[in-house]
This record gives sequence, structure tokens and C-alpha cells, in this order.
Amino acid sequence: MLPKAKLWLSLIGAATILFSTQIQAAWELNMPRGVTQISRDTYDLHMQILWWCVAIGVVVFGAMLWSIINHRKSKGAVAATFHESTKVEIIWTIIPFVILILMAIPATRVLTEAYDSSESEIDIQVTGYQWRWEYRYLRKDSDEEEVSFYSILSTPRDQINNQLPKDETYLLDVDNPLVIPINTKVRFLVTSNDVIHAWWVPDFAVKRDAIPGFINEIWTIVEEPGIYRGQCAELCGIEHGFMPVVVHAVEQEEYDAWYAAKQDEARVAREMANNVVTMSESLEAGEQVYNTTCIGCHQPNGTGLPPAFPALAGSSVVNGDLEANINLLINGVPGTAMAAFGRQLTPVQLAAVVTYIRNSFGNATGDLVQPAAVNTLIQAAQ
Amino acid sequence: MASTGSHETYYVPDQTKLPFFASIGLFLTVFGLGNVLNDIQASESTAVATWMSLFGFTLLSFILFQWFSTVIRENHAGLNSDQLKRSYVWGMAWFIFSEVMFFAAFFGALYYVRNFSVPWIGGLGDKGITGEILWPEFEAVWPVINNPDSQIFTSPHEALNVHEWSVSFFASFLPFWNTVILLTSSVTVHFAHTALKAGNRKGLISWLSLTVALGVLFLVLQAMEYIEAYDHYGLTLDSGIYGSTFFLLTGFHGFHVTLGTFMLVVMLTRALKGHFKPDDHFGFEAASWYWHFVDVVWVGLFIFVYLL
Amino acid sequence: MSASHDDHHHGPAKGLTRWLYTTNHKDIGSLYLWFSFAMFLLGGTFAMVIRAELFQPGLQLVEPNFFNQMTTMHGLVMVFGAVMPAFVGLANWLIPMMIGAPDMALPRMNNWSFWILPFAFAMLSSTLFMDAGAPNFGWTFYAPLSTTYAPSTVTFFIFAIHIMGASSIMGSINIIATVLNMRAPGMTLMKMPLFVWTWLITAYLLIAVMPVLAGVVTMMLFDIHFGTSFFNAAGGGDPVLFQHVFWFFGHPEVYIMILPAFGIVSAIIPTFARKRLFGYDSMVYATASIAFLSFIVWAHHMFTVGMPIAGELFFMYATMLIAVPTGVKVFNWVATMFRGSMTFETPMLFAIAFVVLFTMGGFTGLMLAITPADFQYHDTYFVVAHFHYVLVPGAIFSIMAATYYWLPKWTGHMYDERLGKLHFWLSFIGVNVLFFPQHFLGLAGMPRRIPDYALQFADFNWISSIGGFLFGASQLILLVVVIKCVKGGKKATPQVWEGAQGLEWTLDSPAPYHTFATPPDPKLIHAQ
Ligand code: HEA
Ligand code: HEA
Ligand code: HEC
Ligand code: CUA
Ligand SMILES: [Cu+2]
Repeated sequence: MLPKAKLWLSLIGAATILFSTQIQAAWELNMPRGVTQISRDTYDLHMQILWWCVAIGVVVFGAMLWSIINHRKSKGAVAATFHESTKVEIIWTIIPFVILILMAIPATRVLTEAYDSSESEIDIQVTGYQWRWEYRYLRKDSDEEEVSFYSILSTPRDQINNQLPKDETYLLDVDNPLVIPINTKVRFLVTSNDVIHAWWVPDFAVKRDAIPGFINEIWTIVEEPGIYRGQCAELCGIEHGFMPVVVHAVEQEEYDAWYAAKQDEARVAREMANNVVTMSESLEAGEQVYNTTCIGCHQPNGTGLPPAFPALAGSSVVNGDLEANINLLINGVPGTAMAAFGRQLTPVQLAAVVTYIRNSFGNATGDLVQPAAVNTLIQAAQ
Repeated sequence: MASTGSHETYYVPDQTKLPFFASIGLFLTVFGLGNVLNDIQASESTAVATWMSLFGFTLLSFILFQWFSTVIRENHAGLNSDQLKRSYVWGMAWFIFSEVMFFAAFFGALYYVRNFSVPWIGGLGDKGITGEILWPEFEAVWPVINNPDSQIFTSPHEALNVHEWSVSFFASFLPFWNTVILLTSSVTVHFAHTALKAGNRKGLISWLSLTVALGVLFLVLQAMEYIEAYDHYGLTLDSGIYGSTFFLLTGFHGFHVTLGTFMLVVMLTRALKGHFKPDDHFGFEAASWYWHFVDVVWVGLFIFVYLL
Repeated sequence: MSASHDDHHHGPAKGLTRWLYTTNHKDIGSLYLWFSFAMFLLGGTFAMVIRAELFQPGLQLVEPNFFNQMTTMHGLVMVFGAVMPAFVGLANWLIPMMIGAPDMALPRMNNWSFWILPFAFAMLSSTLFMDAGAPNFGWTFYAPLSTTYAPSTVTFFIFAIHIMGASSIMGSINIIATVLNMRAPGMTLMKMPLFVWTWLITAYLLIAVMPVLAGVVTMMLFDIHFGTSFFNAAGGGDPVLFQHVFWFFGHPEVYIMILPAFGIVSAIIPTFARKRLFGYDSMVYATASIAFLSFIVWAHHMFTVGMPIAGELFFMYATMLIAVPTGVKVFNWVATMFRGSMTFETPMLFAIAFVVLFTMGGFTGLMLAITPADFQYHDTYFVVAHFHYVLVPGAIFSIMAATYYWLPKWTGHMYDERLGKLHFWLSFIGVNVLFFPQHFLGLAGMPRRIPDYALQFADFNWISSIGGFLFGASQLILLVVVIKCVKGGKKATPQVWEGAQGLEWTLDSPAPYHTFATPPDPKLIHAQ
């Protein structure tokens, strides 16, 4: 890669595109007011400090501008000789101090409010992965079917690589959004599986770091139904820019229906693990898994980004022992970015993606992996 | 030397090759070392990198030797005004302060894990929910014997510093004796200084030799303790946070004791050569300050790492 | 100037070895300044890659991984390579001349402090050409992205930090020894120019926090190569521990990059207002208060890591307090201009722009300090806008102001005032077009450290990029001005500026190779 040359070329290119196509964007100037009590309080606090600063700025810069205009040598100004005054020094120490106290009072109030995560009605464990979110609804009792799923960027790579026009929700769409009911106190238990991420939805004024090995609590009560979008807000590696957060806030009934459907889905997935799949089904499903999950590291044509991310095309693992290949996916490679996908993907998905990589990018093992076989290996790993 | 009025001339040395080549030496040392570490991780041969690092280090050591010799020579030639000597005094004092801050980082880490992260992982305190959900098995005790995840970090089987406040315990407690040794050595180095100021060369040499001997004894005992930790207690660098804090704190301290002992040995040879005068011996004083500093750090270690 | 009674009072040696082996504070100052400028161009080039990639939504020029390397290297090179060495260079040139000393206290060590740097940055930059790629975890290198998940080149990054730290510690020891021990008779502490004061305090900050930085990278080194678990919960450690130790260094570090700037501005404004600095004593106390407070505010960078509420409140209040002494400084500068007799040569223009734009950056800093509001601002372009306002039209503008102000003293020639003014205006416009829209981006929700963004951020990003290219290109004017001025130009008088006060202006222009081998006449030392 020749950054400099490419840079100039595309600068020229970019300039032409810029003035010829329609990059339509709302001129969003300020923080959103949001849809929760906390977000509105935060917004008001933000505006309050902003206006204080503007006011101080007007006074300070005004005095300066006035001096610049009136006390210039070219206008014949003669310099005065005063150079200290304890009185004014004390005044301009005390006034800012008082202003700060006036700011600190509402700030303390909003913070205390935001930190009270007691008495939640729904608890959701939010886990960051490179580069996806896992949402696990904590069960009230242990024989309920557990609802837990991953949420991955669904913007097609072709849009990112400028081969397709970009959607309005470019980079802000996921396959499975988080769904929560409105007017309900939802508590998020935020953690991470690998590096630090941060879960952020501006409209809720909720941002909390996901620290591997630790849990942070944060909560929200959304007041209006809608689709709310946010992004990962802590540098977490290559695809940090590509792990959005999407939350659907819905009416209680809709939520209940959705939740029940999710539980059914989970039950079906458990049972599906015993189904027998065909090659073409597998390749299709596998490609989809690959493009959403693996592509960031192993790249579109399985070329990888050596040496950090090995190529799958021609890889000795992918073309070697099948069981070893499946196990590598289940357990990952500890100490590297290759995560353990055994818990992240369902046996059906795992089987499909293994079938896919073993029969694509020039690899031609002809292997067809059945979910049941993967399931056995997963049980064995535990 | 005195020029205008009461003011002495400040000796500004001529241009010199020393620092530039010292930079090269330093660079090769660390660049080589970096390559050694990465080669080990990649299971590749470390030969070239090792040689590079050793060469750099030799160069650096040689230059530093030259450098200090030059400074001593200049002093003997009477080039150093009182003001210049004060510059050296300030220099050494603030260098020691920077070393204190280096240790502060590790003491701070110890404080943090003991009061925050370990309790939280163990389900206690403000973020106790961490332990409840993620590490239900882990119990917060210090020192940490069973790691939160003992698959990744093999736990030690026992703690070094199980203490019962009794005479028999201290009698058999190696770090206690090490404390006694280091404290004594601080006193002996002080006696050496007193002897030097009194012009008593024999006293200087014998007290200084005794100090060096105590320093070496300390290091030997410390080495024995490390062997013990590895062999009997299973306490190693990779046995979790207890091993991490224990070895980095005591290890860097031990490294500084080594450096301090080396300085004292140099001062001893200089004393044997008759370099010092009762009123002009800052090299000696600097080394002895350094020695007191290592001593103070050890007292901190003894209290926070071993006793509490 | 002084009677030459000592054999080393000759001029500089000839050729390259003059620069390699020098012990002269002026030579070493020049080396630092040139090095810093080179690093500014390098770090600026990385910034241009960032801005070019962000010119439009979509991935155009670089891979996300390379983008992250650019962000990281840009931050590191600018902070450790451009700003800090520039200030050390100015300290080297000016402190001995300002306090009437013959040189720095420890001239050989001075040379060593400098020459470590090119090697350190060579090592750091060489990672760009290694297979594993340069560090890609941000200049704040949070664990475990910088440990377990880091490219292998992190090892070289760690060692580069170690030796840079050694350089900074030696540099600051030297400055402390010089200021405390080398002042000419009559130069009491409270008569020292503010630049000397601010540097003395900065040197204390450096000496207190660089070893802590060394400590934290050492912990990383051991976590990576020797199996310790400082930053890994599986072994009882905590990734947040990294952040605490890092920011204990990191926050004072940002004041290390601004206190000397305060000193510079406090020298320039009185000169061109032809009026003594207002409130000298309170300026000294304010600087000391800022330095003290800087040690107890570090966790304001970590409001979202989930600290207990008591911690959040403590760090919020402590951070807000910094506005008070900083305000005192700003008010004093304005009061100095008030009823002065002002002219607006290039140094003054940069100094005035500094006061305005730094204060704006300070205001956004105060907004960030409000914990609940920071939950919204944190890790967005609002933060990027904040720190560029304090760093670029703050630290960098002060360095430029200093360059124009003392350039005639260094070279003996006046610089080209027309080009200087052009440089100023282009920079002033460029920097605002570059960074002002980033406030809006951040408020609208654009995270930092991303190579690609959602469509609603497109407009402000292209405006920002255009401003970036304009600002970047304008910096070449500075290079031209400096080279022209070194080569020749109108002869400068010793006084240079009508209103200038201080010992350095009693020397010839260019200042002789050795100055003040005998201390200056105490009568020349004025009350500040
Ligand atoms: C030169 C460098 C510099 C300086 C001087 C400052 C100055 C300040 N900074 Fe800034 N800051 C940075 C460099 C700097 N900062 C950097 C590099 C980062 C990002 C690091 C990273 O994450 O990569 C950062 C990030 C940062 C954060 C973290 C944001 C986040 O990540 O979420 C915060 C939060 O509190 C903060 C606050 C402040 C404050 C309160 C000041 C104060 O010192 C400002 C004080 C000045 C004024 C307030 C203006 C003048 C005063 C008056 C006119 C008086 C009256 C005013 C009032 C009463 C309001 N800064
Ligand atoms: C003193 C420090 C300093 C300085 C001076 C600058 C200067 C600039 N910075 Fe910044 N910046 C940081 C410190 C600094 N920066 C830090 C600490 C970070 C955080 C890093 C992190 O997140 O880890 C950061 C991050 C940062 C980002 C966010 C990146 C991200 O989050 O992904 C951006 C984006 O716009 C940016 C842009 C710029 C630009 C355009 C300049 C310009 O002012 C630069 C102008 C200079 C030049 C351009 C060089 C001179 C001219 C030439 C070489 C001629 C060639 C010119 C052309 C081709 C036009 N910087
Ligand atoms: C976060 C980046 C990342 C993601 C996402 C990722 N991998 Fe990997 N993968 C790696 C890394 C790094 C390695 C190399 C591990 C090592 O050092 O042995 C690897 C190794 C592999 C290997 C072994 C290749 C060889 O020749 O050694 C296979 C097979 C593999 N990955 C398949 C997958 C599949 C299938 C997916 C998606 C379900 C996936 N990976 C997702 C980073 C990733
Ligand atoms: Cu996940 Cu950034
Ligand atoms: Cu800060």
C-alpha cells in the first residue's frame, strides 16, 4: 500500500464525488435530548454549562477585544503602569468559584440519579465481543427457556467498500436488535469477553464500559417507543467502528410476544441441532455466518491479513483434520484474537461455517458437517 | 579559579563523544532485548538479538565508565566549583525522587488490587455483582491462593507471608532477617561516612566493606527466598496477581539493591585508591543516599508485602 | 560580552560533530527544536491520512487496522515527539539566558537527553515497516487491547517509552538543577521570568509522572512476556488498574504540554502591550495550584469505567477546581492588554489567538469534567475537539509564537513579517475549520477512533478535512520563514522588540555561543 499516492488520487476523486453526488445529512448540531428522564436531565445540564461558558466567554473575550480595538499603539494609546491589584484578583478568583458551585449542584443531582440502579424489572447481561454484542436476558427462574443472542452489524460490506450506495442507516444496523419494553426499568449488566468495549445509546444517555472480567451496572426507563441507535464507544480493535448498538423500545404487549417467540426460537434451535442438513443449505448458511462473523479478520476471499490473521484459503487447518478444525472454532486459539465460537454461534451455524470454509476459497475437502457432530464436540469440550 | 568578584567560573565541558555513543548503546540494548522477547514468543532463534543487546549493553557500560572517570578526573583537576558540585547534588536528589515514583506505581497497583479488584471479583463491595455473576467460585482473600481462573493462572499452593506474631515466627522468617540486614547496612554506611568525614580512611574502608558484605548477604537470602517461593510455595510470576505484585515489587527492589551494591563496590575501590577527601566526596555520598533509599523502599515492602 | 579567560570559550566546532557531540545549551536547544519540527511534520502526515480517510463515509484509502495505527502513531508522535521536545528545546535555549547562567547545569547529560530521542522515535516508527504493523491500540494503549490482543511490535513500543522517559527525566533534572542552582546573583525566585517558573514546575511534574509511565509499561511488558496478571481478572488483576496508573501519568502530562505555553504567552503579551505583566505573583501561585491539582484529577478520563459514585464525585469536583487558577491566568493576560499600547506582530497574533482558543478548549474541558454530561461526550469527537483546541491553537500556537518571538535573537535576523502574518491567518482559519465542526460531530454522536462513520456525520467531516489540509499545508510557510531567517534578512538589534524585558534581550543578536560566563550586572535584572 502506498498511502501517499493513494491519498492524493482519492483526494481528487473524493472532491469530484462530493460535488456531484447526494451526500445528504442532517446538520445535527447538538446533543440529542433523548427519550429518558436521565437523558433530558443530562441535556439540560449540558446546555446550562454551555451557556455559563458562553457568558464567561463573552465577558472575557469582550474585554480583550475592546482593549485590542482601543488600546493599540497605532491609535496613540500610551501604556498604563498598573500591574497588580489584590482586590480584583480576589474577585476573579471567587466569582468563577461560585459559578462552579452552581454547576456542581445539578451535576451531583443528575449523577446520583443515574447511579441508582436498584429495583429493576428486567435484567439484561450485555457482553461485548470483538466485534458484536451478546444480549442475555437473565431468567427469573431457572427452568425458563433462556433468551440470548448476538447482535452484529448488518450493513453489507459492499456498502462499506463503496461498491453499493449507502443506506440511510449505514453502519447503524444490526441483524438482531435488543428489544425492551417502554416505561420499564431495565438494568444492563455490562461486561466483555475480550477487550474493553463501551455500550452506548445516546438517546438514553447510557454509556458504560464493558470490562472483561468485571460487571458494570447501568439502567434506563425508555418513555417512547422507537428504534434507538448507538455505537461501541471504546477502541476495541480493527472493527471498532463496526459494532453498532440498536435497541427497539416497544409496548409491553409487543415485548411479551417477542420474548415468547424468542424463547420458542431457542427451543427450536436446541432441537435443530439434531436435524440433518444438505450441502447447498450449509454452504448458503455458512457463507452468511462467514460474512457477518469471520470476514473482518479472515477477509472476503479467505486471504486473511497475515501475519496477524492467517489465510483460510489453503490453510492446513482448514484442509486438514475435520475434528481439529471444528474444535479450533469451538475453543478458539487462546491468547490470540481467534475467539471461542462454541458459545457465540449455534451448532447449526458452526456446522454451516465449517462446511463453508472447507469448500470455498479454493479449499475443496468436500466435507459436509452435521450440527449433531458439532454438538457432540461442544459437549465434549465442556 | 575565582574570576570576577566572589563568583566562581562554572565549568562547561567541551564537546564530548560520550552521550551520543551512550545513546547508541542504550538503543541497541533495548532494541536487541525487544527482539529477544519477540523471538522467544515466536519460538525463533534469539542468537542475533541476544548479541545485539549484549553488545549494546557493553558499549553503554563502557561509556558510562568513561563518563564517570571523566567527571572524577575533572574534579581532581580542580575544575569543579562549589556551584557545579551543587548541580550534582540536585541531580542525584531528584534522580532518587524519580525512582521513588517508579516504586510508587507498583505500590499503587498493590493497593488497588488488594482494596478494589480482588474484593470485587470476590463478590464484595461496590462492584460485588462482578463476583456474583462472573466468578461465583472465587473467594476474596489476600494473598490470593486460588486464582479466579486457575486454568489460565496456576495458583500457588501456599502464601509466603502467613504471619503469626510470635518470636519463633520472626526467628525463622527470612524477610525479617533481611530487614535487619538492610537496616544495619544503612547504619554501617553512615558510619563509613562519618569515618570519611573524620579523615579516618581505615574506618571508611572497613565500614564500607561491611556494608557491601551485608548487601551481598541480602541478595543471597533474597535469592534463596525466590527459590523457596518457586519450589515450595508454587508462587511464581505466572501464579496470578499475588505472584505478580510480589515478584515485581521485590524483584525491582532486588535489582536496585544490586545496583546500589555495585555503586558501593565502586566507592570502595575508589576509597582504596584514596579518591575521597573529608570535605569532597560527593560520589560516596550519592551512593550512600541511594543505599538509604533502597533501604526505605524495603521497609515499605516488608510492611505492605510481607506483614499486612 | 565576557572576557575570555577560559580555554573552552571558543565558538562552535565545525561540521556534523558539532551537533553530535555538543554540550552547548544553544546547540542542544536547536537540535530539540528541529527534531520537534520534524516530528510535527511526521505526526501531521499521519493526521492527514486520518483526515483523508474521514473525508467521506466508506473505506477509501486505508484498512481499518492501518487507520488505527495512524491514530495511535499520530497521538504518540505529536505528544512525545513534537510538543514535549519543542518545549525542552525552548527551555534549553532560553532558561540559561533568562537567568544569567553560562549554560545548563549538566551539559553532557543535556546532550544525552536529546540524542536518546531520535533513536527512540526511530524504534517506534520502525514498527510501521514490520510485519505485525505499528501499535494500533490508541495513544492511551488500554489493556488488554495493548497486551493480550496487541501486535508483537508492542514490545518495541514499550521500550521506546522507557527510553523516552529516561530522556525526559534527565531533561527535567537538568532544568531543576539549572533553575535552582545557576541563577545569577540578584535573580531571586520571584524575579524569574514566568517561562522559567512554568518550566520549573513542569520539570517537577515530569519527574513525578514519567517514572509512573515507565512503571505501567513495565507491568504491560510482564503481562505480555512473563505471565503476570496485572491487567487480567482471571488472575485477580483489573484492566481498569491500567487506566488508573496510566492517567496518573496522563493527566499531569497534558499540563506538561500547557504550562510552558503559559510561560511563553506571559512573556509575549507584556512585550507587545508595552506594559508589565499583570499579577505576576498570582501567576506563579496559579501555576503551582494547577500543577498540584493535576495529580488528583486523573480519573476524569475514566468516568464511564464504572467507578463507585464517591470516586466519580471526587474527581468531578477536583477537576472543576482547575478552572479557577486557569481563569486567574486568562484574566491576568487580558488585564495586561487592558490599557496597554498594543501592536500586532506575528508573535502577538499567535499569543492572542492562544488566549482565545485555549480558553475555548478550557471551556469544553470544563464541560467534560461534569460527570453525567461526560457520559454523553466521552470517547466522541467532542473530546477530540476539546483536546485539539488546547493542544493545537494552545500548545502548538504557543510554540510558534515563541519561535517568531525569539527567532531574531537566535539567528540575528528579522523574519519575514509578511509571511509570518500569512502563516498566522491561514493557521488561524485552518485550525478552526478543522476542529470547530468536531464539536458538532461529537455531540451528534460520532465516536472517536473509527475509520468510517454513519451518513449524518458526512458534512462536518468533509469540512473538517478541508480545514485540516489547509492547516497542514500552511505549516510549510513556517518552514520557509525559519529557513529564510536563518539564511539572512534584516539585522536584528539586541533589543529586537521595543517592549521586551529580560536578560536575553541584553545580549547581542544572534546571542553569542557562550553567554554569561560571568554573571550579568544585577542592575539589569528587573522586577517582573
Ligand atoms: C494541553 C492539554 C490539555 C489541557 C490544558 C486540558 C485542560 C483541561 N481538560 Fe483536557 N484533555 C486533554 C488535554 C488537555 N486538557 C487531552 C489530550 C485529552 C484526551 C486524552 C485522550 O483520551 O486521548 C483530554 C481529555 C479531557 C477529559 C476526558 C474526556 C473524556 O475522555 O471523556 C476531561 C474531563 O474532565 C478534560 C477536562 C479538562 C479540564 C477541566 C481542563 C482545564 O484545565 C481547563 C481549564 C480552563 C478553563 C476553564 C478556561 C479558562 C478559565 C476561565 C476563563 C475562568 C472561568 C471559567 C469557568 C468558571 C468555567 N480533558
Ligand atoms: C499536540 C498534539 C497534537 C497535534 C498538534 C495534533 C494535530 C492534528 N490532529 Fe490530532 N490527536 C492528538 C494530538 C495532536 N493532534 C492526540 C493525542 C490524538 C488522540 C490519538 C488517539 O486517539 O489515540 C489525536 C487524534 C486526532 C484525530 C482523531 C483520530 C481518531 O479518533 O481516529 C484527528 C482526526 O481528525 C486528528 C487530527 C489532527 C490534525 C488534522 C492535526 C493538524 O493540526 C496537524 C497539522 C500538521 C501537519 C499536516 C504537518 C505539517 C505539514 C506537512 C507535513 C505538509 C504536508 C501537508 C499536507 C499534505 C496537507 N487528531
Ligand atoms: C477477531 C479476529 C477473528 C475472527 C472474527 C475470526 N478469526 Fe479465525 N483466526 C484469527 C486469528 C488471529 C487466528 C490465528 C490464531 C493462531 O495464532 O493460531 C485465526 C485462526 C483461524 C483458523 C486456523 C487457520 C490456520 O491456518 O491456523 C481458522 C480455521 C479460523 N480462524 C476460522 C475462523 C472462522 C470460521 C471464523 C468465523 C466464525 C473466524 N475464524 C473468526 C482471528 C479471527
Ligand atoms: Cu467494541 Cu469498540
Ligand atoms: Cu485530564
